[in-house]
Amino acid sequence: MRPALEVLQPGLLTTVQDLGRVGFQHTGMVAAGAMDAFSLQVANCLVGNRRGAAGLEMTMTGPELKALEDLVIALCGADLGATVDGVPLPMWKSVVLERGSILRFRGSRRGVRAYLAVAGGICGEDVMGSKSTYLRAGIGGMHGRPLRRGDILERGDGPVHLSRSGRRLSADRIPRWGKRAEVRVVLGPQEEAFTDEGIRTFLTGEYQVTPQSDRMGIRLQGPRIEHRETADILSDAVAMGAVQVPADGQPIVLMADRQTTGGYAKIANVISVDLPKVAQLPPGGTVSFRQIDLPSAQELVIRQESFLKRLEAAGRSG
Amino acid sequence: MILSVKPLGDSAVTVQLGDAIHPRIHRRVRSFCHHLEKDVPPGVVEWVPAYGSVTVFYRPHVIRYDELVKKLTDLAADLDRVQLPPARLIVLPTVYGGEWGPDLPFVAEHNGLPPEEVIRLHSGRDYLVYMMGFVPGFPYLGGMSERIAAPRLERPRPRIPEGAVGIAGKQTGVYPLETPGGWRLIGRTPVRLYDPGREEPILLRMGDRLRFQPVSEAEFREIREQVRRGTYSVEIREYGGGEEA
Repeated sequence: MRPALEVLQPGLLTTVQDLGRVGFQHTGMVAAGAMDAFSLQVANCLVGNRRGAAGLEMTMTGPELKALEDLVIALCGADLGATVDGVPLPMWKSVVLERGSILRFRGSRRGVRAYLAVAGGICGEDVMGSKSTYLRAGIGGMHGRPLRRGDILERGDGPVHLSRSGRRLSADRIPRWGKRAEVRVVLGPQEEAFTDEGIRTFLTGEYQVTPQSDRMGIRLQGPRIEHRETADILSDAVAMGAVQVPADGQPIVLMADRQTTGGYAKIANVISVDLPKVAQLPPGGTVSFRQIDLPSAQELVIRQESFLKRLEAAGRSG
Repeated sequence: MILSVKPLGDSAVTVQLGDAIHPRIHRRVRSFCHHLEKDVPPGVVEWVPAYGSVTVFYRPHVIRYDELVKKLTDLAADLDRVQLPPARLIVLPTVYGGEWGPDLPFVAEHNGLPPEEVIRLHSGRDYLVYMMGFVPGFPYLGGMSERIAAPRLERPRPRIPEGAVGIAGKQTGVYPLETPGGWRLIGRTPVRLYDPGREEPILLRMGDRLRFQPVSEAEFREIREQVRRGTYSVEIREYGGGEEA
């Protein structure tokens, strides 16, 4: 491990995240991990890391970071107005961050969460096979907490191949986020807990992201979704993207820090490839839901998976 | 045997094996997990049992929904005849009342019982861990006497300490982490249900039985010190009781 970055300012909420704690949800252990896993994986691939290496998730107002040696970095996800020593930093591209230079963010221009990967991977406390920070239990990453001023981030060992800079994601692959998103869902598993009218409302209404949204869930406000009898179900497991509807009829999209189980009926689940759109919605932004069938949703995950696999292989062969 | 199989998004599926909180349905859930563990289909990442269901998380690029559902349906045949390994009994020393259980007087008064009787009823039976969830290491317990049921606080406390033993309605539970919460607190255990530094960070598993063993404040402090030093070993034995809670 080698010192890589010094935190001069931590920003609103900057945490170490990878793809989350897999395999322990049956113990109640929350998965955590990147809210926008696509952007983190692309950032890792561009600097030659494994896709699932840990990086920084930076929210709204990014941090201020000083390079302690020459680094190869890539910044993906939300456009938070990044600059290096005052010069705008290109995104979705690996670049060299020279020793002593300072990475700053001027604030959110598009999207909410940006991801910084460093060649070698960001080091952090590993708990149950993941470095993801889970704030509520205070585990993973930087002692289970957001970054603070004065923290030193270390990177994995190994020489920096400055030649690995300059890789970019092809322009047609770069997601475009706005204040409005249309998100595809697979209905269920408890769609029968809702009236036909309730399901129609959900699929035609426009929902606004409330300020109470966080890494646990995106809380929405809009046309009230009608239950048949009750919003309560016998508690069962939830997944990322599950759309829970409590008795007030206002949906919540469960995200990275969701509890493992829940007792509210789930009307639908956001499909995997559309989760980043939800993760990048700003407070006040709006979302509408469109139903697609399961085979089509799976086709989309499979295609994205093979794309990321190719990108990873290309990054590691150079 | 299966009530329904439903997709939970494009990478998980929920197999419904019952629709009530009941030891017989719980046994079916345990049997299904037992089968799954012995023969994990390729592409399956993990599974989460609940009161009446098991949700299986998988990678659709390795196994497609239809193929997985077929395998899971096969596993669910004959669940009532599965021989299960004996359950574990885990003993949690617990100090009741006083500063450790500030709501014990309320629970007693609410039910028209002396506090000692609440302690006797609460510690006098073994609880079944139906499922784990909510936060790391939290057990959903069944089997509490309805004679000590109590409503939740109207205004949840902003901080409930780790190890707090509480009652909410007809349920009892133990908080593995400091969290906000509305449960009525009747006691505290020094044993850590969740300890990230331990080899097995999570103490309990679905299917375990849990016993609360009343201890004095002095014993509580002594055990807490041993837990801190890492010298305390939790009492875990084979559960000798019957199948039904």
